Amino acid sequence: MERTGAQILLECLRQEGVDSIFGFPGGAVIDIYHHLPDYPSLRHFLVRHEQGAIHAADGYARATGQVGVCLVTSGPGATNTVTGIATAYMDSIPVVIITGQVPTPLIGNDAFQEVDIVGISRPCVKHNYLVKDVKDLAWIIKQAFYLARTGRPGPVLVDLPKDVLQAKTLFEYPESISMRSYNPNLAPNRRQVRKATELLRRSQRPLVYSGGGVISSDAAEELTWLCRNLRIPVTSTLMGLGAFPGDDPLWLGMLGMHGTYAANMAVGHTDLLLAVGARFDDRVTGKISSFAPAAQVVHIDVDPTSIRKNVNVDVPIVADCRLALRGIREELEICPDLPDWNTVHQPWLDQLAEWQRNHPVRYTYADEPIKPQFVVEKIYELTKGEAIITTEVGQNQMWAAQFSRFHRPRTFLTSGGLGTMGYGFPAAIGAQVAFPDRLVIDIAGDGSIQMNIQEMATAVSYNIPVKIVILNNGYLGMVRQWQELFYARNYCATCMHLNPDFVKLAEAYGAAGFRVTKAADVERVLKEAFAVPGPAIVDVVVEPEENVYPMVPAGAALTDMLLV
Amino acid sequence: MRHVLSVLVENEPGVLSRVVGLFSGRGFNIETLNVGPTLEDGISLMTITTAGDEQIIEQIIKQLRKLVTVVKVVDLTHLQSVEREMVLIKVNAEDERRAEVLRIADIFRCKVVDVSGNDLTLEITGDQGKIRAIVNLLQRFGIKEFARTGTVAMRRSMQME
Ligand SMILES: Cc1ncc(C[n+]2csc(CCOP(=O)(O)OP(=O)(O)O)c2C)c(N)n1
Repeated sequence: MERTGAQILLECLRQEGVDSIFGFPGGAVIDIYHHLPDYPSLRHFLVRHEQGAIHAADGYARATGQVGVCLVTSGPGATNTVTGIATAYMDSIPVVIITGQVPTPLIGNDAFQEVDIVGISRPCVKHNYLVKDVKDLAWIIKQAFYLARTGRPGPVLVDLPKDVLQAKTLFEYPESISMRSYNPNLAPNRRQVRKATELLRRSQRPLVYSGGGVISSDAAEELTWLCRNLRIPVTSTLMGLGAFPGDDPLWLGMLGMHGTYAANMAVGHTDLLLAVGARFDDRVTGKISSFAPAAQVVHIDVDPTSIRKNVNVDVPIVADCRLALRGIREELEICPDLPDWNTVHQPWLDQLAEWQRNHPVRYTYADEPIKPQFVVEKIYELTKGEAIITTEVGQNQMWAAQFSRFHRPRTFLTSGGLGTMGYGFPAAIGAQVAFPDRLVIDIAGDGSIQMNIQEMATAVSYNIPVKIVILNNGYLGMVRQWQELFYARNYCATCMHLNPDFVKLAEAYGAAGFRVTKAADVERVLKEAFAVPGPAIVDVVVEPEENVYPMVPAGAALTDMLLV
Repeated sequence: MRHVLSVLVENEPGVLSRVVGLFSGRGFNIETLNVGPTLEDGISLMTITTAGDEQIIEQIIKQLRKLVTVVKVVDLTHLQSVEREMVLIKVNAEDERRAEVLRIADIFRCKVVDVSGNDLTLEITGDQGKIRAIVNLLQRFGIKEFARTGTVAMRRSMQME
């Protein structure tokens, strides 16, 4: 039986195991929407802005580890996804973006709602396709999913001209893929693994620096085994939070610009840095020449371009993080004379414990105005690390990272690489769609939340019970902080005059709205909001000029921290 | 340092812009770029000359390998290789100077591919050094037009020390 391109696409999605699609229709994709009701296993969530669709697909992917799917029309629909595509690209998140395109005979004619989205998205996708013949559609979709989820994951875009969606052919879904030009290397090189193990045996002050790659390769268990058995302290990037239990005594907290004192000092003094699935981003390293000055560096990453891009590496291991860590474990298991890790590492662990004790992340409590850190602490207390937390970008994001603890991977979803304001709320919607029974909370700033607040209509219409906690400081707080510290307090364009009444705004959409102004009420109100069956906004009026500390000024060495 | 990269790619629409976009997007520079189909169906060969320190070149090569449409990348710089470029030069060659231009063309084993009353068009192949030399020599006659292909290169079968 011949089927149209639109039907073939939907059939492919079904066979890929897709259950949720986030999208927004238009003329170019109307054929897909026409057939969508014939595929009841594909739930479609109509968002209110295409940026919401791509972030929701991304949040779904981060929360589940599955490929997220987003479907939009040509031209403006496609361009509205670009920020979200770049967000997913920077954080290596597997998403497939289906865009409509004008009919092939019109391509290049400046046709109505035509845009070269394949060209526009090229620098921020793992790969993309323009499908010119319906006969190519099935294998391209197969490849798109394969590329998105394997190797270093990432977004893959497929552009579908309207006439291709309408053309008919026999459907046959390829069983497997072979691409002569794409063969990510997953297994570690034995010799390098042995070298790494040898360095571990000799090290007195080892440190694990883990990143998002540990989460995307499902390596958390292997990482935890290694650190606990060898008694190695652990720090991680923003993206790596949750891969190592946040309540373990070996956990030092995040490193980098707003990292903990102990973590940054540990980097300054370690003799062996084991970097796993992390890419030495400049927000992490600070001044590169004084990053881990005393250390030999072992770097595990599935993407060879990450290795030696910023720092020199003594033992590069190009491999899937899980396989590499398992390789090290196997190597240790056959090693005849292992040191007594407890004895060897104890002085180092004592030193770290002292740093932690003397310089914890902290703030001064006040009842009114409420301290934003207090709110994050309360959220953690109430949820005990069981909730899925998403964040917007700015101070709210850093406080969420500093004052919560994450015990499991895929419970902290944030835009790390691109730092996209407006990410948190739609991402929370995506995560909640995947896990309808879990508590999903977006920790937001009053600035960021207004970038995709329209998705409240999506949350309400599908009863997606996401909770938004706005740390409302009346400022674009993180930028204001920079202005305060480095630009002579010139608060130009960072004061959010005339914020809307967020409680009324929630109510206008049909969600629940709460406001709290005193610390004493925070717990009660949060509980109440978490208990309402649908989506809710909690507008927490916080200290307007609170800052995120510690802070390493951009370009300074990690050990040059501004403390509270 | 100057590097010559030989890059095998899937011959499909957009592949050139993927490669070029990688260079421009990361602030790398391309000196010359030459593309043509190979004998294998669906595969083209690009020869790219670029310059940078070792760390930059390593990044360029890794980034190229990461592109889904790139099949193979070889850095010919540290190998024995044959490098050639073809250049067309239209040079002033009025009456009394014509003989001299032809003599130079002869020494450099150029082909004369077009003639008019006032000028000669020469075809030259060679490595960069040879081309620089003949351009130098012809400049004093006046070069009216100049077109070059960019380097094509191939590793030599025998790799002597
Ligand atoms: C889309 C986008 N535009 C601009 C920025 C620059 N930026 C980074 S943090 C920030 C302030 C965010 O303010 P708010 O959401 O109120 O959070 P706060 O820092 O106050 O917690 C801005 C404007 C950004 N990261 N993303």
